[in-house]
Amino acid sequence: MVSGSGLLAVMVLLPFIGALVPGLMIRAGRDACATFTAVPTLLALVFLGVLAPEVMQGGTVTARIEWLPMLGLNANFFLDGLGLLFAGMILGMGLLITLYARFYLSGDDPMGQFYTYLLLFQGAMLGISVSDNILMLLVFWELTSLSSFLLIGYWKHLPEGRQGARMALTVTGAGGLAMIAGMLILGNIVGSYDLSVILQHGDEIRASEYYLPALILILLGAFTKSAQFPFHFWLPHAMAAPTPVSAYLHSATMVKAGVFLMARMWPALAGTDAWFYIVSTVGLVTMVLGALIALFKDDLKALLAFSTVSHLGLLTMLLGFGTPMAATVAVFHILNHLTFKAALFMSAGIVDHEAHTRDIKRLGGLASLMPATALIAVVAALSMAGIPPLNGFMSKELMLEEAAHTNWWGGEWPIIILATTGALLSVAYSFRFIGHTFFGPVRDDYPHHPHDPPTGMLLAPAFLSAMVVLIGLFPMVFAGPIVDVASAAVTGGRAEHVHLKLWHGVTPALFMSIIAVAGGAFLLWLHRPLDRAWQRTPRPEAKAMFDSVVARTVLGARWLIESTHNGAISRYLAIFVVATVLLGFAAFQGGGTPEPTREMLPVPPLVGVGFVLTMLATLATVFAHRNRFRTLILVSVVGLMVSAGFVYLSAPDLALTQISVDTVTVMLMLLALHFLPKYTPLESPLSMRIRDGVIAVIAGAAVASLAYSFLLTDISPISDYHLANSYKGGGGTNVVNVILVDFRGYDTYGEIVVLGIAGLTLYALMEALLNGPASRRLRNWTFPPDRSRDRHPLMMVVATRVMMPIAALVGVYIFLRGHNLPGGGFVSGLVISIALLMQYMASGFAWTQERKRFEYHAMIGWGVIIAGLTGAGAWLAGAPFLTSAFGYFTIPPFEEFELATAMLFDLGVFLTVLGAVMLMLYSLSRMARYAGETVNLEPMDYDPSRRVDAAIEADKKDEA
Amino acid sequence: MELVVATTIGGLTAAGVYLILRLRAFPVILGLTLLTYAVNVFVFATGRLAVGVPPVLNDAASAYTDPLPQALVLTAIVISFGMTAVLVLIALGAALETGDDKVDLTETPRGEGDT
Repeated sequence: MVSGSGLLAVMVLLPFIGALVPGLMIRAGRDACATFTAVPTLLALVFLGVLAPEVMQGGTVTARIEWLPMLGLNANFFLDGLGLLFAGMILGMGLLITLYARFYLSGDDPMGQFYTYLLLFQGAMLGISVSDNILMLLVFWELTSLSSFLLIGYWKHLPEGRQGARMALTVTGAGGLAMIAGMLILGNIVGSYDLSVILQHGDEIRASEYYLPALILILLGAFTKSAQFPFHFWLPHAMAAPTPVSAYLHSATMVKAGVFLMARMWPALAGTDAWFYIVSTVGLVTMVLGALIALFKDDLKALLAFSTVSHLGLLTMLLGFGTPMAATVAVFHILNHLTFKAALFMSAGIVDHEAHTRDIKRLGGLASLMPATALIAVVAALSMAGIPPLNGFMSKELMLEEAAHTNWWGGEWPIIILATTGALLSVAYSFRFIGHTFFGPVRDDYPHHPHDPPTGMLLAPAFLSAMVVLIGLFPMVFAGPIVDVASAAVTGGRAEHVHLKLWHGVTPALFMSIIAVAGGAFLLWLHRPLDRAWQRTPRPEAKAMFDSVVARTVLGARWLIESTHNGAISRYLAIFVVATVLLGFAAFQGGGTPEPTREMLPVPPLVGVGFVLTMLATLATVFAHRNRFRTLILVSVVGLMVSAGFVYLSAPDLALTQISVDTVTVMLMLLALHFLPKYTPLESPLSMRIRDGVIAVIAGAAVASLAYSFLLTDISPISDYHLANSYKGGGGTNVVNVILVDFRGYDTYGEIVVLGIAGLTLYALMEALLNGPASRRLRNWTFPPDRSRDRHPLMMVVATRVMMPIAALVGVYIFLRGHNLPGGGFVSGLVISIALLMQYMASGFAWTQERKRFEYHAMIGWGVIIAGLTGAGAWLAGAPFLTSAFGYFTIPPFEEFELATAMLFDLGVFLTVLGAVMLMLYSLSRMARYAGETVNLEPMDYDPSRRVDAAIEADKKDEA
Repeated sequence: MELVVATTIGGLTAAGVYLILRLRAFPVILGLTLLTYAVNVFVFATGRLAVGVPPVLNDAASAYTDPLPQALVLTAIVISFGMTAVLVLIALGAALETGDDKVDLTETPRGEGDT
């Protein structure tokens, strides 16, 4: 038996899993595709039904899945009244839309894609409504923006669709970013990102000094999503989407996400002056403005879009009032608006589908041609106008009632007048929608002769219109209970139980209602002259403004990119260096320089000489850098001096490593220089060199002063721990080595993997290079005439042969002592690779290659494997990865000696270093073969044991 | 001594920065090498300077050097070697394919370079 909480999490996941299905099922036909889209929705709806009774009794269902608890990011879900209302709306509407879209989409439209996007959106929306973690909520929030982008731009061939999608994504995405900041502040105030916790701490939040920034940022998110003034302009442009999308996203669900969020956050944020004035004013302005524009729109969908803007404003205003009753009315109106507006969108879609136009000026008289559609639309539109006995009437009455006793900007009258105006305009455009579309004379110039669509297409809007009537007639049966629990959830239990009824007696709201209906009818009568006046009035065009802002941003960004990112690496590096210095300077200003707490150490004469040498070599490197061979030698002098410095400053391990690495590096550079230009031409103008010099000196001075200031202060290092545990825990007295193979073994493991990858990368790059245009250039390579004819000198061959066993012995020695004395896998790997390299240098690449026994690739692989297995071996002992073990053994006739697993790890390090270094140099030396170097059969050019003339003959052959 | 080390770090940094701002790959690589020295000494110096203090545990010693920066620098030396090798090869490849080792793309595309 699945517990309630399990069901909840699965319910959220279902649409996402289901989103994979339509794309596959479309091959089985359009009916199958639509059916299989309905399955996950239906299943989620069943789950919701199972969970509903508990919520309806006032409980909440929770599901907690720890995800990243350190960040406070957990996949926590909870279902309360508000969540239940929204989840029900999302899933129920999802089902109706799936049905409607099956008939709406034409045979040319890729239906599988459509349903996939739809399910993705549904999952994201469902996630918003039941998230208990605000970070999760933000993730779902952004997912709705993304999936809505895909859905608005579904008809990719229409420029309006693409532009509308982009605009919607930009506006809601920007709002979403603001909201992320707001939510983080909120989480910081409370100390938890769990919504259920945040909602408990309303007083604390409202008292915080960060309340206002958090409020504004969160409201930005909500206002952009719910198309509130001045962000309302994206919604009408989103109407380029197919009508099922408009009905689902842009009337019923997504645009209500902002309202949902305000409702959700109501207990935490509402009740202050800031909340009241910002939210109710924005809502009020949006309501009146949206309704006014809607009256003069000729496109059916544009009319409905602005009407949606207006109704969202109404909901926002109600939530802004901050009273429990107003919140209850808002909840009720959310439900009512869903029923009538979705039905209207679907009807508009049917009209468009049948008559091939949605321009009101080209329509009229459709009632007799498509009676069923007309009936559905008229019922829904009357509800939108607030005519009894439909559900829209009730919520409008309740809204006016609330507005009538709300003190706003110093009195009750302003809001009474504005709210009545909004209602009046709403009546006017609703009547216009009905009157100019369905009534009036039948015309004979429709683009396509209309008639009622197939029943399947009518089912969804008919169901919604039926709900409009049923909620209107029996409010306490169809809406009462859910509105009750939802408003209890919004207000944190402060709302009274609702008593929804049609007749409220003679109240101020009734008079306002009567004025609205009469005035609305009068306005419609005057529509023709008013419309002419409206068309003549100059109005700000939101799309043009938006486009120009976007265009300017693009220009600015392009300027910024082209002036900084112009393909010149020296420019990036200069910017990087200057920026780093500036940041460092700013940091210095903030913290100040600490007082010196250490005595300066004395400088013996020898060190002074070394210092002068280093500085001279460095300076010479800079000034002589155009002669590359010379610079290389100068740099190696610097390297040697640094190694000597390490020796003097009690770091023998570093000195060993530095010397061996420097040796290998210089060899590598020499090999490379063979095929690179030998001189750097003078290219940069003097001004640029001076500029670079200034940058360099400033950077150097900054680093030097930073180093100087911290060198004279004391710190409490964490390495006391390492010193204390090196022998006890790691079994070695060379703390540096124990840190490498034990304490920070993970780092080392990662490092040898990187080194191995670098070796393999080099090999692969060279392989690609030698098969590319470079190989042609290499084959035509001409060597300078002054190059040595003694390529494999006798002395060098003999010396390297003699050195080889000695070097190998030294390598083994360094390796073995590494755990307790300076040395270790790194150094010994480098030493042995140097010994091997010497062979290559002395007797040539091919000669040595033939005598090689092991593949270097394999060596890297084995090194990593040995190190990894050693680390994993700790698991067998039940310890974490790379925990080392050691013991002392006596095997006669040897002394007692130590064996540690760390040594095995070090062996892995050794093998990888050796393999990687050899592979790198091997790759470089392969180039010489391509450049036409001959292969010598003998280890050296002149072998004294052979006859002289044979050598001369070999030499001749060499030249031929 | 502290002043000497700080000046060395600064001098190496300045030289390194100047060289990485050049327009050819070889000086840039050498500049990176110098910068690497500077950074390594810098990180090493965060453990504070110590002369004649044992780095290896023994019973007679009363104080030790800070081993942690040393371990970090040791890996840094080896990694920077790997990085230098990759850079050298990339420079080499570019030089062989285009005929010179310029690092900037600001000029008009060079001739296919079979000179």
